Amino acid sequence: MTLQIKRLASWREVPVGGAITQPGNSVNRPTGDWRVFKPIINQDKCVRCYLCWVYCPEPAIKIIDRPYKTSSGREWKITFEVDYDYCKGCGICVEECPVKAIDFVEEVK
Amino acid sequence: MGEWVRIPLSSNYAAAYAAKDADVDVVAAYPITPQTTVVEKIAEFIANGELQAEMIHVESEHSALSACIGAASAGARVFTATSAQGLELMHELLYIASGLRLPIVMSIASRALSAPISIWGDYSDVMATRDSSWITIIASSAQEVYDSIIQAYKVAENPDVLLPVMVAYDGFLMSHTYEPVYVAKDRSTILEFVPKRKPLWNILDPDKPITVGAVGNPDWYYEFKYQQVVAIENSLNILKQVFEEFGKRFERNYSFIETYNMDGSDIAILTYGGLYGTVTEAVDIMKKRGLDVGAIKLRVFRPWPTEELIRILKNLKAVIVIDRAISFGAALEGPIAMEVLATISKKSLDTALHSYIASVGQRAVTEEDVMAMVENSTGLLKKGVSLTEKSIYWGVRQ
Repeated sequence: MTLQIKRLASWREVPVGGAITQPGNSVNRPTGDWRVFKPIINQDKCVRCYLCWVYCPEPAIKIIDRPYKTSSGREWKITFEVDYDYCKGCGICVEECPVKAIDFVEEVK
Repeated sequence: MGEWVRIPLSSNYAAAYAAKDADVDVVAAYPITPQTTVVEKIAEFIANGELQAEMIHVESEHSALSACIGAASAGARVFTATSAQGLELMHELLYIASGLRLPIVMSIASRALSAPISIWGDYSDVMATRDSSWITIIASSAQEVYDSIIQAYKVAENPDVLLPVMVAYDGFLMSHTYEPVYVAKDRSTILEFVPKRKPLWNILDPDKPITVGAVGNPDWYYEFKYQQVVAIENSLNILKQVFEEFGKRFERNYSFIETYNMDGSDIAILTYGGLYGTVTEAVDIMKKRGLDVGAIKLRVFRPWPTEELIRILKNLKAVIVIDRAISFGAALEGPIAMEVLATISKKSLDTALHSYIASVGQRAVTEEDVMAMVENSTGLLKKGVSLTEKSIYWGVRQ
């Protein structure tokens, strides 16, 4: 494994007054390593209600154009997935899911 | 240059006239005690159409400065005024205004802090803002209040500075007494000197979104604070340039420090604000009696004018510093005296320093008191006291 040390900007280089001048730059800061518990969506139980996507504060719920057929034969046109690069493991999706389709599993590293 | 009219104004009204003539866009202020007549006058200007500005009456000084911070972030020229407890209630916002590098200008009728409740003057409120990274000018006359506020915008809005400025003056003894003041007949005279700034890159603009007031974690915070160190250091030069340009244009000359009767004096009295007037009166009386004593007025408290002060102090045998605030429990309890001592130490000058505390909570100090301090210090010098062990609490009842 190579260790990458990034040189941080000097006081001359940072924007005056701490203004963030590049909107949307939070994508450059993955927050996935904050997680202790990991939400795992059970695609079979999921009813594609979008509530996890609505409630996720990050947002780290991705809507994927990929059909899914459940074990009982129901066909969905889309799939919800967690973006683990940014999911902080807050568990809000787990709490809000009306059909309890999201498991919350302790990460083992 | 330009046409001027001479009218009687209190320092409060002089501050209001300066805000009007600088064509401020937004004034946010708490309208009740400890507010002064500054904002009443501004409200009057807005009501009768002399000033086109948004006046925001808020429920506290905390909100007043918050509103100013918002308006300044959007590029407005902003003014507010407060005093005593009001300045204390603003305290945390002082750091936010300077940390966000917003060129807000505020006038302060300097007054004592409670408890006991005091509505009278001293400099406890201003001295408590020492480390807030605000440029601090202390005026000694209503004319100087007017002129300093005009200068303040030019310094604050300079891209090499971008720091807020407070212009302080004695509560009551200046804020509510009238003096003749030259004010611009037409605002254009002032605006030619200090044009409205063009919005800078770090201004809130929906077409070019930025985030203001973000977190600075341990990897980042320190660099932003160092930027402020550099900015206030830069302001020394900018202040100097602005004073010179102001003097050239309007023929009223200002500097960091003002002196009086320094030729032939080896002792001088250093003070700030309105008390300087009393000191110069005392100097005149002593001169008539054959005693030459100089007077030094500290006009700019932050940034501290080290070089200018050294130039004056190095020729003196002793300096008597009269403070109108107490830094409780400090090595030397006069806040300005302590800075003067640091200045003397920087260049290892052999100037003696005698620290006096006086006129706290507006206890009367007359020319007689000032002369008695000189007499007392002359005695101390004969005994070889080059530094008062503690500040001398002048006039406190034993």
